[in-house]
Amino acid sequence: MNVDMKRQIAANDDVLQAKASWGNALRFMVVMAVLLGLIYPLVTTTLGGWLFPEQAQGSLVRDASGRVVGSSLVSQTFVSDEYFIGRPSAAGNDAGGVSGSNLASSNVSLRERAQADANAIAQRENVSVDQIPVDLITASGSGIDPHISPEAAELQVARVAQARGIDEATVTALIDQALENTGWLGSPVVNVLRLNVSLDDRFPVSSTTAAPLTPAPVTPTASDTME
Amino acid sequence: MNDMIAIYAIVALLGVPLGIYIARALSTQPSRIDTLFRVIETPIYRLAGVNSQSVMTWQVYALAILKLHVGLILLAWLVFMCQGLLPLNPDGIPGMKWDTALHTAVSFATNTNQQHYSGQAQLSHLSQTFAIVTLQFLTPATGLAVLVAIARTLLVARPAGTVKGVGNYYHDMTRTLVRVMLPLAAVVALLLTSQGVPSSYQAAHQVEMLDSQVEEVQSIPLGPVASMVAIKQLGTNGGGWYGPNSSVPLENPTPLANVIETASLTIIPFALLIAIALISGRRRLMMGIGAVMLTFSLISTSVVVSSERMPNAALVELSQPGANLEGKELRFGTDLSALWGSWTTQTSNGSVNAMHDSFNPMGGMMVLMDMFVNVTFGGIGVGLIGFFLYLMLAAFVGSLMVGRAPELFGKPLETREMRWISLAILVQPLVILGLSALTVAMPNAAGTSNPGFHGLTQVLYEFASAFANNGSGFEGLGDDTPWWNLACVITLMVGRFLPMLVPLAVAGWLAAKRTAPAGRGTLPMDSPAFMGLTAGVIVIVNLLGFLPALVLGPIAEAVTQGF
Repeated sequence: MNVDMKRQIAANDDVLQAKASWGNALRFMVVMAVLLGLIYPLVTTTLGGWLFPEQAQGSLVRDASGRVVGSSLVSQTFVSDEYFIGRPSAAGNDAGGVSGSNLASSNVSLRERAQADANAIAQRENVSVDQIPVDLITASGSGIDPHISPEAAELQVARVAQARGIDEATVTALIDQALENTGWLGSPVVNVLRLNVSLDDRFPVSSTTAAPLTPAPVTPTASDTME
Repeated sequence: MNDMIAIYAIVALLGVPLGIYIARALSTQPSRIDTLFRVIETPIYRLAGVNSQSVMTWQVYALAILKLHVGLILLAWLVFMCQGLLPLNPDGIPGMKWDTALHTAVSFATNTNQQHYSGQAQLSHLSQTFAIVTLQFLTPATGLAVLVAIARTLLVARPAGTVKGVGNYYHDMTRTLVRVMLPLAAVVALLLTSQGVPSSYQAAHQVEMLDSQVEEVQSIPLGPVASMVAIKQLGTNGGGWYGPNSSVPLENPTPLANVIETASLTIIPFALLIAIALISGRRRLMMGIGAVMLTFSLISTSVVVSSERMPNAALVELSQPGANLEGKELRFGTDLSALWGSWTTQTSNGSVNAMHDSFNPMGGMMVLMDMFVNVTFGGIGVGLIGFFLYLMLAAFVGSLMVGRAPELFGKPLETREMRWISLAILVQPLVILGLSALTVAMPNAAGTSNPGFHGLTQVLYEFASAFANNGSGFEGLGDDTPWWNLACVITLMVGRFLPMLVPLAVAGWLAAKRTAPAGRGTLPMDSPAFMGLTAGVIVIVNLLGFLPALVLGPIAEAVTQGF
C-alpha cells in the first residue's frame, strides 16, 4: 500500500454517514419517480412519436379508400373462403386479450385442438393432413401473430383464387408482395392481413355495391366455370 | 443463424466498452464527463437532501436500501389500487384488487417482474410508467450499487482498519441511473419505436375485422410502450406492457427489434464482469468467473435450442414434420425463441418471446435449471453477488480440502460468516420446495392448467421464478389468487434481499479483519482449478437440492413421451 492510496482512502472516509434516514430515502424516491417514471417516458414517447409517427401509433393498415382496417402487427380472424387464414389463436386475435395456449405437449387438449384444426384445414384446402405446414396447426405465443409461412400461404392459393374467381398466378404474385423479413435478418414470412387487404383492393368481394368494375363476381357458378 | 451471430456480436463488441464506461461512471475519482452529468446529479442530491461524498458502513448502506424499498412498495401498491381515480388512464381501467396489487408492487420492487395480471388490460398508463418503469430503473441500479460496494470492500486489498465504509448508496444509485441506465434506455426505446413498438399516450384503437362474416371489433392497445420495453430488457426486469410479453408483435415487431431486445438481456450483466475487473483490479479472477458463466450459458442454450427443434409430441402426424412452434411466433422461429428463453432465465430477466409452458419437456427443464442456478451472468449486480456467495462456499470447502483454516482473499472465514453464507444458499431449496409441496397438497389452490407431471413443473417453476427474481412463468397457471399472490410475496422478498445483503455483510465483516499474508499453502482464488471447484460446488448444490423435484416433473414428462 503506497502513500497515495492511503491518503486517497483517508480522504474518502472523511465523512462517515452514521445513519440512513427515512427522510433521505423517501425524498430520493420521489425525485427518482418523477425523473424515471414521468420525465423519461414522456421524453422518449414524444420523441419517438415525432420521429416515427406511423410506427408509434400501432402500425395501422388502411385499405384503398383510406379506411383503417387493422394493424400490420395484429392478426385478424378470417373465416370466408375469399381470405387467407392465419395461425390458430388462443386469444381470438384480440390484442386486448393477448395470450398463448400455454398447453403442454403432454396435455391431451393440445392434440385434440390440433386434430380439429388439421381436419378443418385439410377439408377446406382439399389436401391431406400431412401436407399442412406446422405453423397452421400451432397457436402462437401472443395469439396475434400476423404471419404465416410462405408454404402455408401456398397451400391456400387454389381455394382463394377459386373463391374470388381469379387465376392462381395473380394470387401468388400478391403473396410475394406481402412477404416480410426478406432481408439479412429473420426468414421470410407472409403478412396475412396485408395480403388480404391487397386482395380486397384489387379484387373486391363487396356484395352490397356489386360494382361493375369487379373483375369477377364471386358466385358458386362463376367459380365452377373457372375450373 | 444471422440473427444469432448478430446478437452474440453485439453483446461481445458493445459489452466491453460498456463495462469500461460503467467502471468510470461508478468511480469516486473526478472525471472529465462529470461536468456534463452534474447538471442532473447535483439537483437530485439537493432535492433528496443527501451528501453524496459521505461514506456509509455496510449496515447503513443496507438500511438505506431497505428504507427506499419499503417506500417504493407502498407507493406502487397505492398507485395500482387507486389507478382508476388517477390521471393517464385513457382506457378507463379500474383499480387492482389488494392482493394482486401487493404482489405486483413487491414483484417489481425486487427486480422480478412476475406478473399475475395482463398489463394492457389491467394497468393504466400511469401505473405502467410512474410505478413500474420507476421500479424497473431503481431495482437493477440497486443490484449494481451493492455489487460495486462489495467489490470495493471485499476485492480491493486494504489493510484492516483503513476501510470505514462501503460507499454511498445514493451516490452509487444516481451515478448508475443518470450515467448508465437512462441514456442506454432512451436509445433502445427510440430504436424499438422505429421498428413498430408503440409510443403514444392515446387510448386503444377499436377496429372492425376485415372479414365481414366475422362480426367482431378488435382492440389495439397503445401506450408509452417502447420506453418501458427498453428498460424492461436492459434492467434484467422482464415485466412487459402486454400479457405475453415480447412474443406480442406490438412489443417485439421485427427480427431487428428481436436482435436488439435479446442482446439487451445480457449486455449489462456481461459488461459488469469487465467493470468489476477494472474496479477491483482482479482481472484473472473475473476472467475465471466469466469463463464459468459462459460455459454454463452455452450448455443451457444448446440444450434449449436442440429441444425446441424437435417436434411437439402432441402434434405428431397432424401436419408436415416440423419444429415445436406451439407458443412461438413465426417471425422468430424456434432457435431465436430458445436463445431468448435460455438467456432470460440465466440473467434473471424473465421477459419471454415464446411461451415456456409449451416448450418441449427438456427445454422447459433447462430454463427451470437456469433459474435454480441463477448465477449464469444473472441479474444486474445480483448475478455476480450470487456467484461470490458460491465462491465463498467454494473457498471454505477448498481450504478444508487442502488442510488450511478457511480464508477468502487472505481474510479468515469464521463461524459467523459461514453460518450466514450457508443460510443464504440453503434457504433457496427450502423456500421453493417447501412452498411447492404445500401448494400441490392443496389441489384447489394450486391452479395448475396442465395435468400430471407438467402440473407439478408449473408450480415449481412459479416459485423458482419468484425466488430467482426472474419473473417468467409457465403462464397457464391460474396464479391470480390470494394464495399465490401472498406465497409469492414471501418468496420474492427472501429471494431478493437475503442473497444480496448477506454477501454485503460478509464483505463488511471481512474488511475489519487482519489480512494473512499469502503463503505456499494459500488457495489461489484466480486459478483455473479453483474456478473448476466453484463450478462444481454450484452444480452439486443445485443437483442435491432440486434433482428429485426435476425427476418428478419434466424428466418424468419427457420419459412418458419417449425422449
